Amino acid sequence: MNARGLLRLFLGLYLALFFAYLFLPLVFMVAAAFNASRLPTMLPWEGFTLQWFWGFDARGRPTGLFQDARMGRALLNSLIIGAGVILLSVPLGLAGALLLSSLRSRLKGLLYAVLVSPILTPGVILGISTLIFWQRAFDLGGGLFLVVVGQSTFIASYCMLLFMARLERFDRTLEEAAFDLGARHLQVIRRILLPYLRPAILSACLIAFLQSFENYNTTLFVIGAEDTLTINIATRVRLGLTPAVNAIGVLFIGATVLAAVGYAFLRRREERARTAALARERAAPAAVRPVPAPA
Amino acid sequence: MAELVRRFGRPVTGLILATVLLWALLLIVLPQLAMVELSFRPNLPLAQRGGPEDVWTLANYAALWTNSLHRTIFWQTVWSSLLVTLLAFLVCYPVAFHLAHEARGTTALLLVTGLVIPFWVNEILRTFSWFLILARNGLVNQVLLALGLIGEPLALGGTGAVVVGMVYAYVLFMIFPLYNALENLDRNQIEAARDLGASTWRIHRRIVLPHAKPGIAVGCVMTFMLAAGTFAVPQIMQSLPGGTNARWFTQIVYSYFFDGGDWNRGSAYAFALLILCMLFVGAALRVFKVGLRDIAR
Repeated sequence: MNARGLLRLFLGLYLALFFAYLFLPLVFMVAAAFNASRLPTMLPWEGFTLQWFWGFDARGRPTGLFQDARMGRALLNSLIIGAGVILLSVPLGLAGALLLSSLRSRLKGLLYAVLVSPILTPGVILGISTLIFWQRAFDLGGGLFLVVVGQSTFIASYCMLLFMARLERFDRTLEEAAFDLGARHLQVIRRILLPYLRPAILSACLIAFLQSFENYNTTLFVIGAEDTLTINIATRVRLGLTPAVNAIGVLFIGATVLAAVGYAFLRRREERARTAALARERAAPAAVRPVPAPA
Repeated sequence: MAELVRRFGRPVTGLILATVLLWALLLIVLPQLAMVELSFRPNLPLAQRGGPEDVWTLANYAALWTNSLHRTIFWQTVWSSLLVTLLAFLVCYPVAFHLAHEARGTTALLLVTGLVIPFWVNEILRTFSWFLILARNGLVNQVLLALGLIGEPLALGGTGAVVVGMVYAYVLFMIFPLYNALENLDRNQIEAARDLGASTWRIHRRIVLPHAKPGIAVGCVMTFMLAAGTFAVPQIMQSLPGGTNARWFTQIVYSYFFDGGDWNRGSAYAFALLILCMLFVGAALRVFKVGLRDIAR
């Protein structure tokens, strides 16, 4: 075997190792959720059980995740916050992307830096500054509203990047053509721009929800006395550790897999639509294509 | 601006401007300013606020400088975060290169999906999964005990455990930027270099790595920022036996806000952390000669 073949073999082994490194801890965590052992561990295996989802111990006390009322409340809060973050960050991100895509001055660079900066700021600092500002300016303490605001600070930036990426490929001549044909501004936005942005809007909603749902570092500082699912998990991990935490992990991973597959599906559909549009354009006779105006 | 009005009309332009202004001011600029301003004031009881003692001061920053425990934890956070960043890069580079250039078709799609799934699993749960491996009755100890290599479970907590947990939690923030940067590298360049007799090492040093620069910069910036600014990972890893000494700077900040009730000093510490991250971003952009614009993937 020559040197390159050997290198390939090593790389293949390394790749297998890497994916094992990514997945095995999650597999262990999931397996421990079904182990009858009172401690959250896969070994030693003491038999299969569902009691960490729903069940009672020898003395008749509930052991399951679904029997915990605080969990339900935390989940509800997480869903409310997620919805709030979508409603706030998607319009913010869209407005930012539209503004930046039409600016061409030095201002553009500055504004871009400001609007992207939250992505490069540690989450705890976003939480802290949100807490301080709203406390001092509006005498508002931590709670669900501040969590929505604090998370949206950076989630809106992610949404903006998604919209900007899509707008980069937007064919402005479509807008021009519509104007030439007598369309009004709102018509152009409603009939051309928004339909074009639709996949990006869907992606942004999904990303915003996922980011919000799993956020911990920002949320921790602005949550006040409330609870979200992620905060609840962290508290459980620190205090009374039972495999009920692993049971949450199982549900979380399940939901994540579904969402990831859904997202991949969306992306593929978008990709296909683009390829199809490109093929149509290629098939169209050259004479029909818009002639670029002389500069 | 004129172009904006031409494209969207006056009312919509006004709406866009107002929305972006509100976002930039209420969510980004003013909160940061409020935090910085608070950090330059003394922590006074409510009655004395705005009184003669309420003056600008550097005392909160001086405290960070003079408190040797806090200073130690600050630097420990910096070094550990740098280590996490370096390790994440070393772990990811071969994988990203393989994904971008060797894997084909369905395999590539499967591999990328395989990366996406753990990426979207909660940071807390990812850390927790490593906590379970390193715990007293965790996998490592169980296996070592079963093999008879140790008689007593080892206490595996400490800075090392925190670093391991972080590399695991943030590795994917490194791999996606690297993969995106490497994906559009022209294969022919590598082939040409190989035909001209360049070694694998030389190809990577002279062609692949320079091409990956924006991806390396983004990956390092994200990983460092997440590591230095995390609260979750050290908090969980500290529950391991022997883990109590592995304190993270964000935990001091947190305790000033919620245990000590000294928001001023907490703000100063938070701002110091922010400056650290800004310095790192600046250094990374300069070293890899890329602009902020490349952050957008």
